[in-house]
Amino acid sequence: MAQDNSEIRYLTPPTVEIKKKKYCRFRKNRIKYIDYKDPEFLKKFLNEQGKILPRRLTGTSLKFQRKVAVAIKRARHLALLPYVTDMLK
Amino acid sequence: MLTGKPGSLPYREEKPCCFLALIQKLSTFAVDFLTINFLSMLNPYETVFIATPVLSESQMKEAVNKFKKIITDNKGEIVYEEDWGLKKLAYPIQKKSTGFYHLIEFKAEPDLIAKLETEYRRDERIIRFLTMKMEKYAVAYAEKKRARKASEQNQEDV
Repeated sequence: MAQDNSEIRYLTPPTVEIKKKKYCRFRKNRIKYIDYKDPEFLKKFLNEQGKILPRRLTGTSLKFQRKVAVAIKRARHLALLPYVTDMLK
Repeated sequence: MLTGKPGSLPYREEKPCCFLALIQKLSTFAVDFLTINFLSMLNPYETVFIATPVLSESQMKEAVNKFKKIITDNKGEIVYEEDWGLKKLAYPIQKKSTGFYHLIEFKAEPDLIAKLETEYRRDERIIRFLTMKMEKYAVAYAEKKRARKASEQNQEDV
């Protein structure tokens, strides 16, 4: 009994995840302006259907997420990016 | 309301005085601001338009010159222009899958934008357009991009 109590046993060994800290790439690289004329760059912030990815996935700060959103919407208006698709990447 | 009337009379006499003074002050400010604006402040803008792929090259040039003329005739000055050529559209517009893109950067007074955009709407050759005021970082970015391009071209020439 005493032995069982002292040792904690797991059926499956606990996986220790090393969480990578997310960071805002615009803050880090000191990018101040997000160009809507560069669809290849903006594609990093879209999922396969062409939807804008949330901040919680990309790690972008709020200030720049707003700018990203505006840039993507401008690019869509100019048909540089699609409004809806499948298999964007 | 009724009881407040006699009491509010002197107050009412005072109020317009204050108000007038304030208006005078404000108007002088406004005049200052406007004169400064008219003398030196032109806003930087950037406009991109897409023309139909049906046009020939000379027709396209003519369309570009038309819009450049609209800008220069209305006291605007063109800073930069870029022809992106025929590009594939991400989705069809007016049943067309390609279009000629053209970018113009210019400095102008705000009234020009409405005129330019009505001209865009009237012109059947233009299928899409976007005009935006450039913030200071956008201006810096555009200049940097241009400088980089120029240096690349120089290297190629050498």
